[in-house]
Amino acid sequence: MADISKLERIASQVRRDILRQTHYASSGHPGGSLGCTEYFVSLYFDLMDYNADDFKMEGKNEDLFFLSNGHISPVWYSVLAHAGFFPVEELSTFRRLDSRLQGHPATMENLPGIRTASGSLGQGISVAIGAALSKKLEGDNKTVFCLTGDGELQEGQVWEAALFAHHHKIDNLIVTVDWNGQQIDGPTKEVMSLGDLPAKWESFGWDVTILENGNDMAAVHQTLKEAKGKNGKGKPQVILMKTAMGKGVDFMEGTHHWHGKAPNAEQLENALSQLEETLGDYPYNPEYHAEHA
Amino acid sequence: MLDKFKSTGKKATRDGFGAGLHEVGKNNDKVVALCADLVGSLKMEDFIEDFPERFFQCGISEANMMGVASGLASCGQIPYTGTFANFSTGRVYDQIRQSIAYAGKNVKICASHAGLTLGEDGATHQILEDIGLMKMLPGMTVINPCDYNQTKAATIAIAEHEGPVYLRFGRPGWPVFIPEDMPFEIGKALLMQEGTDVTIFATGHLVWKAVEATKALEEQGISVELINIHTIKPLDEQAVIASARKTGAVVSAEEHNRFGGLGESIAQTLMTNAPCPMEFVAVNDSFGESGKPDELLDKYGLGSNDIVAAAKKAIGRKA
Repeated sequence: MADISKLERIASQVRRDILRQTHYASSGHPGGSLGCTEYFVSLYFDLMDYNADDFKMEGKNEDLFFLSNGHISPVWYSVLAHAGFFPVEELSTFRRLDSRLQGHPATMENLPGIRTASGSLGQGISVAIGAALSKKLEGDNKTVFCLTGDGELQEGQVWEAALFAHHHKIDNLIVTVDWNGQQIDGPTKEVMSLGDLPAKWESFGWDVTILENGNDMAAVHQTLKEAKGKNGKGKPQVILMKTAMGKGVDFMEGTHHWHGKAPNAEQLENALSQLEETLGDYPYNPEYHAEHA
Repeated sequence: MLDKFKSTGKKATRDGFGAGLHEVGKNNDKVVALCADLVGSLKMEDFIEDFPERFFQCGISEANMMGVASGLASCGQIPYTGTFANFSTGRVYDQIRQSIAYAGKNVKICASHAGLTLGEDGATHQILEDIGLMKMLPGMTVINPCDYNQTKAATIAIAEHEGPVYLRFGRPGWPVFIPEDMPFEIGKALLMQEGTDVTIFATGHLVWKAVEATKALEEQGISVELINIHTIKPLDEQAVIASARKTGAVVSAEEHNRFGGLGESIAQTLMTNAPCPMEFVAVNDSFGESGKPDELLDKYGLGSNDIVAAAKKAIGRKA
């Protein structure tokens, strides 16, 4: 039984890290990162089996995670650091020259925990499908997770991937859509309506779960756990996870305004005052250089 | 020396790919294949017949195919993707750029029906920009073999190379003249004929046109060095520089736009190392059209006569 209050405490620290990373970099994407914090913390601090000490690209006999909406890298970096993939102090280098923590996640600098490059949208589900297929070829029954944005579903490749996963019965794959209803130019329904999203995925032959509150740790954890239990049941799964962009910071919540904007010093102070420092803030050291960079 | 390279009949380079894929499938169980609804055109049937569990039909969804290949490679498989050259490059450039090249994935992008010799289907399918697109990607190896045997050997060789590869071949039956047992070494130019007056650097289908041109030039008393550049990137710069220094005049020959192709890579190498007169046998910044392969090569200035004329022009420009 997962300790939900422990996960919530980790989430509070991760949110602080997101705000501090983007503030010190004077750039980055806090909105979507804050909205998906419960998802990342549930996966990495309870549901996924992985080896953080000895990261291997192939990830054999490990659960794998692929981030399609690469711009929410701050949440992922924080979670990876706290999970032991690399030192938390390295979060200081986010978006700086010579960093392994690129603006959008990349493999070129060999940051442990990252298995592909993402940022140009719509590609992650396809890559996750390939990893899931490889697991089937190798007789490895672990699960492949993939997170995608909702605005990202406007990319045609997503629906190519949706057809493929159903046709080839990729049932060791759990895609989660960050259904926050926001994108850079405004609410998704105004920019390019996604229509009836559950019906669309159902008609493509996927097992669809709607998660009404993607910022409720217990609900997120329970939904992902149940989904993982359906690995091997013949269908690819999608969780449509309703979240609030900017969750946890009152002036950032529920608006696209903070999609790709960093808080200034005053805004940071205000935001941090709303989030308990539970694990200790990482020491900010812009001179930090990764040993294995 | 050119005697080693006699035509033994015609076969398509894509048939060489199919045979090579089947062969490499037998020897390496990490090799998997993907295709976007062109199994017959890419000659992938034998692989599929013997290794059905290692083949993934992707339908007409090339973008997804490239992503799936990336994920397979991530987990240790060696994916070969198969579709036409146009749909292997221009259509999916960003997928290749981000999920394969930048991500450093060991994917083999196998592209048939490249260039004008695709023939009657016309310019929508006759991509003449693919070498340029692919060679601009950091870390991408670009290979354009010249006949059935070389394509088969290259298809087998790339499985042993760690990193993304673009393998370009074509549709029509074409003379087979590379010895069947000749080893294929990625990045190593193939010296087909030694000479002293001019060097012809040729790739892909135009290697055979260059063989014909070499014979015609020799009948006119001109000594030709003929070098097959099957690997456009990484370019065998040593071979290019050494031959240019020896002959002092150079011609490039390729079934591609003159912008972005082999000639451009050679020119850049020579300009910084061994400047000399150079002529380009390539498509002059235009699209193609419907027609028969040889008709098209002649109309767009890629025939053996064009190579002969270019060689004489380059020689005439020597100081």
